[in-house]
Amino acid sequence: MAHLDFEKPLVELERRIEELRAAAAPGDDVSAEVGALQEHARRLQRELYSSLSEWQKVQLSRHPERPYFLDYLGAIFDDFLELHGDRAFADDPAIVSGFARLDGRAVAVIGHQKGRTTKEKVRRNFGMAHPEGYRKAVRIMELAGRYGRPVFTFIDTPGAYPGIGAEERGQGEAIGQALLTMSRLPVPVIATVIGEGGSGGALGLGVANRVLMFEYATYSVITPEGCASILWRDGAEAPRAAEQLKLLASHAIKHGIVDELILEPSGGAHRDPATAATALGKTLRRHLADLSGMSGPELVAQRYARFRSIGAITGG
Amino acid sequence: MALFAKKKPVGDASQKKSLGRGVFRRCDGCAETLKAEDFTANLEVCPNCGHHYRLSAEAWVQYLIDPGSWTEHDEGLRSLDPLHFVDSSPYPERLASSIKKSGVNDAFMAGSGTMGGRPVQLGCFVFRFMGGSMGSVVGEKITRMMERGAERKQPVILLSASGGARMQEGALSLMQMAKTVAALGLLREAGMPFISVLLNPTTGGVAASFALLGDVNIAEPRALIGFTGPRVIENTIRQTLPDGFQRSEFLMDHGMLDVIAERHDMRATIARTLDHLLD
Ligand SMILES: [Zn+2]
Repeated sequence: MAHLDFEKPLVELERRIEELRAAAAPGDDVSAEVGALQEHARRLQRELYSSLSEWQKVQLSRHPERPYFLDYLGAIFDDFLELHGDRAFADDPAIVSGFARLDGRAVAVIGHQKGRTTKEKVRRNFGMAHPEGYRKAVRIMELAGRYGRPVFTFIDTPGAYPGIGAEERGQGEAIGQALLTMSRLPVPVIATVIGEGGSGGALGLGVANRVLMFEYATYSVITPEGCASILWRDGAEAPRAAEQLKLLASHAIKHGIVDELILEPSGGAHRDPATAATALGKTLRRHLADLSGMSGPELVAQRYARFRSIGAITGG
Repeated sequence: MALFAKKKPVGDASQKKSLGRGVFRRCDGCAETLKAEDFTANLEVCPNCGHHYRLSAEAWVQYLIDPGSWTEHDEGLRSLDPLHFVDSSPYPERLASSIKKSGVNDAFMAGSGTMGGRPVQLGCFVFRFMGGSMGSVVGEKITRMMERGAERKQPVILLSASGGARMQEGALSLMQMAKTVAALGLLREAGMPFISVLLNPTTGGVAASFALLGDVNIAEPRALIGFTGPRVIENTIRQTLPDGFQRSEFLMDHGMLDVIAERHDMRATIARTLDHLLD
């Protein structure tokens, strides 16, 4: 299992426990020794994760084993019907969209998807969408709006793709249009930042009545690497930039950017994906229930007021 | 009321290449040395080669709005420091020095006025203030401008010149993209036009929010317009970008713009567009 540098002592300890168990001859009682090591592992995990730096938390948000959109989709929703294509240029595998059921209720689901294997990562462009990804998302949202289906979005992208083709096909216009479409949808919209919330590419799925965020997810105007290369002309200063950018859920909730923080299992969602999915599922159901009594115009007005109030200004 | 009480520079001081005692300017476009006053009198366009230099927000207002009809709005709004952001200097100090140097409180100027007698809402980025970056104040001013347009049933004309969202306000800057575009939604609902004028440069979060969502998108010639800046793209794909990439003409070729208008034609182009949409 892939792990981060700071997770290494814990991963090694867990390996030792496994080895001890495997090596024990039938009849050997290793339970006392295993128990002691497990207690040690629990303490180590608590210590490790209670004193993480901002940068280490950023790394957790990008953890290679972290659950992705399709993992949560499979765990929480049923009967997923994927719908492809922007009807203009292509299908963008960096954004997955379609209809599904939540406790039997038909809903639309849209999310960034990073890819787990090398091949899939390349195919999905590491979750960095092109304009056609946002245009596909807009198409599905409009469909959901017309058929009265609530929309769930899942944000997990380093950012919209910065390339020649993306610029030629209007990355800026595509994201702008996604913001506009979402702001006018007459159905409940619930967005969750499940991993990386990288700038405009993340916000392109983020104009929602409720914005939720996992504990070790990030939501940022720029990547720490990008910020560092602008401020200090050195991407290696990213940890320093991460301290400045206040990009974690705990900050986002203070600034009204996020409505609810979803706690992760100890050590992060990747250490217990099932528990993380259960927590997410419960939270999504609660917010959907909250919003279900509202009319289309009320939902649009609530969403407008929610974003209208964000900012840190004084005077005039 | 005087149009502008405080004296503000017309062009960007940084772009003036003064020779001798600042009477002459050498043009970046054609390398000719011409009288500085000839640039000023010509809306900061080189009289020799037509190279467009940046025109200040104040000069844009003076050019586009009928004399005596301008009322500025929300000019007292200032940014707080929600992140306690410190790079080479703390953000509040950076703001204070920008305010002092620029003579304005943030990177956007908005107001009401008439254009050929037609009441309009007009706003312009102030590029000399932190590169026209969009933080909470810029977002709030644009939002209020869109809301005024919707309430008063007046068209909104927005001139963009910005490097994008303001890093120092973090995700709060990012959220201004959603806030301003949502307000544009209100303007559309009210049936009022949004004329987006894209100046050099219009990139990042400004390009990925309202700037390319005009009912009509009008750009100046050779303006840099794009989501990701060219340097970042070059670093990502590790190849040199073709000449003219992300310039107005490139966007026109790719279907993102309605009109490219020379500066001298800008006022007439906007006025004619509004006539077509509203009269
Ligand atoms: Zn010239």
